[in-house]
Amino acid sequence: MNSITSLLNELRSGKTSATEVTKNYLAKIKDSSLNAYITVTEQAALAKAAEFDAAKDFSKPLAGIPIAVKDIVCTKGVKTTAASKMLADFVPPYSATVWEKLENAGAILLGKTNCDEFAMGSSTENSAFGTTKNPHDESRVPGGSSGGSAAAVAGEECVFAIGTDTGGSIRQPANFCGCTGLKVTYGRVSRYGVMAYASSFDTIGPLTNSVADAAAVLEVIAGEDKRDATTPDIAVPAYSKHLEDPIQGKKIGLPKEFFNAVGFDPRIKAACEDAAKLLEKRGAKIVEVSLPLTDYAIPTYYLLVKAEASTNMARYDGIRFGHSETGKDLTESYMASRQAFGDEVKRAIMMGTFTLSSGYVDAYYKKAAAVRAKMKQDYDRAFEQVDALLAPVSPTLPFKFGDKVDDPLQMYLADIFTVTANTVGIPSLAVPTGKIDNLPTGVQIMGKQFDEAGILNLGWHLEQEAGFGN
Amino acid sequence: MIDEALVQKLATLARLGLTKTEVEKFTHQLDDILGFFEKLAEVDTAGVEPIAQITGLADITRPDTVEESSIAHELLECSPLGISKNHIRAQKTL
Repeated sequence: MNSITSLLNELRSGKTSATEVTKNYLAKIKDSSLNAYITVTEQAALAKAAEFDAAKDFSKPLAGIPIAVKDIVCTKGVKTTAASKMLADFVPPYSATVWEKLENAGAILLGKTNCDEFAMGSSTENSAFGTTKNPHDESRVPGGSSGGSAAAVAGEECVFAIGTDTGGSIRQPANFCGCTGLKVTYGRVSRYGVMAYASSFDTIGPLTNSVADAAAVLEVIAGEDKRDATTPDIAVPAYSKHLEDPIQGKKIGLPKEFFNAVGFDPRIKAACEDAAKLLEKRGAKIVEVSLPLTDYAIPTYYLLVKAEASTNMARYDGIRFGHSETGKDLTESYMASRQAFGDEVKRAIMMGTFTLSSGYVDAYYKKAAAVRAKMKQDYDRAFEQVDALLAPVSPTLPFKFGDKVDDPLQMYLADIFTVTANTVGIPSLAVPTGKIDNLPTGVQIMGKQFDEAGILNLGWHLEQEAGFGN
Repeated sequence: MIDEALVQKLATLARLGLTKTEVEKFTHQLDDILGFFEKLAEVDTAGVEPIAQITGLADITRPDTVEESSIAHELLECSPLGISKNHIRAQKTL
């Protein structure tokens, strides 16, 4: 498995060429049965690689590194579908800030990865372009919504991939596919040019083969962006330089409500407790903490994100872009055009229309927004006692195709461990720690807002102890 | 609580065309999900101000300066409908 650093060293020393590396990945994608990609940009990738080889300049931080980008991130001139029939032929005339930064840092785009439609889902089964298979067991889901990105990384079909996380959509697929996934603090990475699901929850981050790679990518993509007013002017630290800092004396909390959750696979629970012991071996102090509102995490989160989603989806009207049908009048045209949405998007639109409608907005939307504020207080209190929280990512191992897709509430309930990081805006790093029944398992390390450096540092030590990473 | 008439009404408000089968399916599913949301009534939120901005930012402004956008035409070209005089030609609203 290639790490960014090792590959850069090989490119810089001339041991390999960008063309050779890119060709290897493209061949792997062509032979793959995973369906990780919706679009493969073979010609453009090879042309870019040839440019690097001709100039022999690999000084940029990601020079010649072939990557994949989730298909809800706008890439100028490259089809960006959001895994939706609505945008099946949409070619954006501009690039998202995150892709612009990666491209400027020298990354080569191999293609756009599959996901749940508009990132709404936890299994990638809600894609209009077929399901993506889990590289560890092709009868199982890769997780979601960034399932294509996770499968592409774990299946060695790219060096790293970009995903988005609104309620676990980077961490859960990373966990299901055995790779590293970083959900950043809300606002740490610009959302400009990334199709919105729930604007006050959406974050963008990397899925990688190691914690060091996640740190290297974050250094490139983080920072203030004038085009996204929610990105604060907070300096981007040199994350990579602090990975190996000692963690002696750091306090790590295990949220007891997470570990006592109903339906939590005891084998995964044991694996999380083992991970805590590994950090203890490195000098960290493990304590129990309480997050009393955990039981309300799912209704709070889903109520709010579906409300935000219903407003974000209003722009798909069949007029300015996307799928269009013509009815006898404008209203009928809207209704017919918007029929192109898949089930989960339709549910989101209706849920949001209901919870935001006059007469219900106080009892539903505003109530949930107040619980969100209270939940933030819970986490603030916990972080007065500890430096970070260690928790499971998913209550179950990767499930089989079709197991949950017809029961949306069951699918939502499985997000119990991931949604609160988004609800309270904190960063969280999913790290693989081993396997159960030949399927990957791992933990997430949550930190204070804008303390990505702290969780990457802890994640690096855990990875070393668990014998993962490169 | 949720019946087919309400689902149909929500869909119409949201300009979402649904088939009869979809209406039936979504009625059950939305009843389940919205019923589950009612659990939030158990939480005491008296005196708690609802929030939507989680990192505490407020009133972010920028200088009100004119900037050139070079892709206006390309953005218009994204429309599946016809373009005339720098406008998208849509059906009349009245």
